[in-house]
Amino acid sequence: MADFETVTVETDLLICGGGMAACGAAVEGSYWAKKHGLKVTVVDKAAIDRSGAVAMGLSAINQYVDLNSGNNTLRDYLDYVRNDLMGITREDLVASIARHVDSTVHLFEKWGLPIWTDADGKYVHEGRWQLMINGESYKVIVAEAAKNALAEADGELIERVFITHPLIDDGKCVGAIGFSIRENKVYVFKAKATIVAMGGAVHVFKPRSTGEGFGRSWYPPFNSGASAFFTIYGGAEMTCQEVRFIPVRFKDAYGPVGAWFLLFKAIATNAQGGNYMQENVGELDKWEPYGKVKPRPANIRNWLMMLDVMDGKSPIYMQTADAIKAIADKAPDEKAAKKKLRELESEAWEDFLDMTISQAILWAATNVEPDKKPSEIMACDPYFIGSHSGASGAWVSGPEDLQNDETRDEYFWGYPHMTTIPGMFAAGDASGASSHKFSSGSHAEGRVAAKAAISYIVDHPAAPNGSQAQIDALTEEILRPLGTFEQHKGATTDPDINPNYIRPTQFMYRLQKIMDEYAGGVSSQFKTSDKLLEKGMELLGYLKEDAEQLGAENLHELMRCWENVHRMYQADAHMRSILFREETRWPGYYFRSDKPSIDNENWLAFCNCTYDKDTGEWTMIKRPVKYIVAEIPEHEGEVGG
Amino acid sequence: MPSYVIPDKCDGCKALDKTACQYICPNDLMVLDKETMKAYNQDPQMCWECYNCVKICPTQAVEVRGYADFVPLGASATALRSAEDILWTIQFRSKDIKPKRFKFPIRRGVEEGKAQPFDHYPTGDDDLKSSTLMCEPAGLNTEKGPVKLSSIPTI
Repeated sequence: MADFETVTVETDLLICGGGMAACGAAVEGSYWAKKHGLKVTVVDKAAIDRSGAVAMGLSAINQYVDLNSGNNTLRDYLDYVRNDLMGITREDLVASIARHVDSTVHLFEKWGLPIWTDADGKYVHEGRWQLMINGESYKVIVAEAAKNALAEADGELIERVFITHPLIDDGKCVGAIGFSIRENKVYVFKAKATIVAMGGAVHVFKPRSTGEGFGRSWYPPFNSGASAFFTIYGGAEMTCQEVRFIPVRFKDAYGPVGAWFLLFKAIATNAQGGNYMQENVGELDKWEPYGKVKPRPANIRNWLMMLDVMDGKSPIYMQTADAIKAIADKAPDEKAAKKKLRELESEAWEDFLDMTISQAILWAATNVEPDKKPSEIMACDPYFIGSHSGASGAWVSGPEDLQNDETRDEYFWGYPHMTTIPGMFAAGDASGASSHKFSSGSHAEGRVAAKAAISYIVDHPAAPNGSQAQIDALTEEILRPLGTFEQHKGATTDPDINPNYIRPTQFMYRLQKIMDEYAGGVSSQFKTSDKLLEKGMELLGYLKEDAEQLGAENLHELMRCWENVHRMYQADAHMRSILFREETRWPGYYFRSDKPSIDNENWLAFCNCTYDKDTGEWTMIKRPVKYIVAEIPEHEGEVGG
Repeated sequence: MPSYVIPDKCDGCKALDKTACQYICPNDLMVLDKETMKAYNQDPQMCWECYNCVKICPTQAVEVRGYADFVPLGASATALRSAEDILWTIQFRSKDIKPKRFKFPIRRGVEEGKAQPFDHYPTGDDDLKSSTLMCEPAGLNTEKGPVKLSSIPTI
């Protein structure tokens, strides 16, 4: 095996990741670091201009609370998020993000992001909380501000270094370790505080497409569970590990449906033209009180659609032509109608081209003109994404000023958005129970976490004390797959088939098969049970043992090895949490056939967990859900969407 | 596939200090074959079709062919990205449908590279313990109207 050089980077604030949350942390962290003479370092496994979930672009900003208009209050946003997550949410965290997100969006505009405006210069809303943007370069612009902020504060950006593990000393986070995917170098980061912002996890479950389209997940395939592993391995308490997210999108290419549902007011029907949201309305009684809330929770919308799918009423169609006709019919004359149609056509295609170009290719390849024929929609695969309508992530402290007497002891321990490990903060998909932050709220949360982390560093100025023994042991472990491959590659004539090692792609397939068949993947319509989970966990145990025998031919494959180890820990936490929660609460995300109903009396609670890396033991913890402003609604809300 | 490189157009970015597609791919898929000095996608099955390699290629040597396991042949989406906008051409499978062309802005009011991160609004206080972020509260634009906060305390 080739020799590896160890590069040691000493810094004050380390930001792991390069997506929206990391860029928010870089801007805000640099601002406060400059004032206090501190150093900020950002480390990203890719190029920050196009890394993370917004790498391709986005066609909308999905969180803009618009407090300034007087139309919305923070409380309105809390109601929306709490109800969408069937009651399981940390209102203090949601409020902590929502009260800052408007200023983040205003900064995006100052940095050059084109936000759609109407004739009066007001933002064009896609829905109540969403703004339409020309978002092809959304990430490029946000990254540019982050890079310029780092430059102004004498910070540094290190790209193409993949973070594998945290460095922990005496129960505190003192940095991170990883390796370059371009040259034979191990990177050791010693930091006084670390922000985890490395995204969520995709490809833990088997996707619907298993050929070339394997990579066409809705959420990007390069978000591979690094945040979850970092926090789990570091000993941080995790939350909502059972709350996966399954979006409904245009079938196969997973193009966005938000503009069609919200902006164009399209409806979806089964093959017979029946509106499942109306025809299956009786089902909502079973999921009270959340089933009756408007807008209907995302998982409930999934569920009503899936009932039709399971009844054989597919294909399910987005009725694009009807929606376009209804809008054009409102035009005063034929000329105005034609103009409107051209505008709608352009908007509809831009919606795809800004964020899911594959969907535009699929429409063109199947001769879809949306004003002429409808398009199929479908539930995607399960993803781990705490920023959307899922909730998985680390359990972090809320800000003190957003607590009440009931919540303070449970939800506050010193620094906003710090995990239960001192010095380790989390933002974006890395932090849990604060759903519906999306791109803008992830950026805002990165900012909140970075200011808090700088405050932590000022309060704890001692140099980080990472033990050399820990660094040496991790270095050996991280590089082991290269040595394993090199040692055994000559034993067979085909490097893929060798009894001495397993390559990362096959390892991933094995993980995905376990999750798909035992933990409620697409092939069982997201249905599982205690017995299935127990068997799945047995099989996952063998996989965990075999992770010791991963083999990597080169640095790219070494990254793939560790990505899949990260996914495996996310999978482990997921199965344990589903098993721990003895009910079905989000029927459109997963359904436990042995506990087929919601149990508000016993399970209106968080399922948290911790992992002990020294013993390999998991501890499950039930934590109370306590709201800061409101009780569960007893009647329907007034606002649709 | 799905992103593929046209050998006649790819010059291996000889004139640059690094290969553009390799530099930008978020999933580390594009690599340069040092012998032929041509780039290729080393693991098409992990390609998200994000088009970042297509958009950044200085010789327009990279294109995308739809995923072969569910996309019928014959269609394409072609991008030409400049500093201010992006031009798209959509070619349908059926030649009876006229190709569509769209031009969308990609940034507004700020020249590429010039995004000034700080100081767009005054920052309310210098207190590290307060919840006031850089550019707040002015950046929330609360001067335009009342903010209804119900019972939640805010900055």
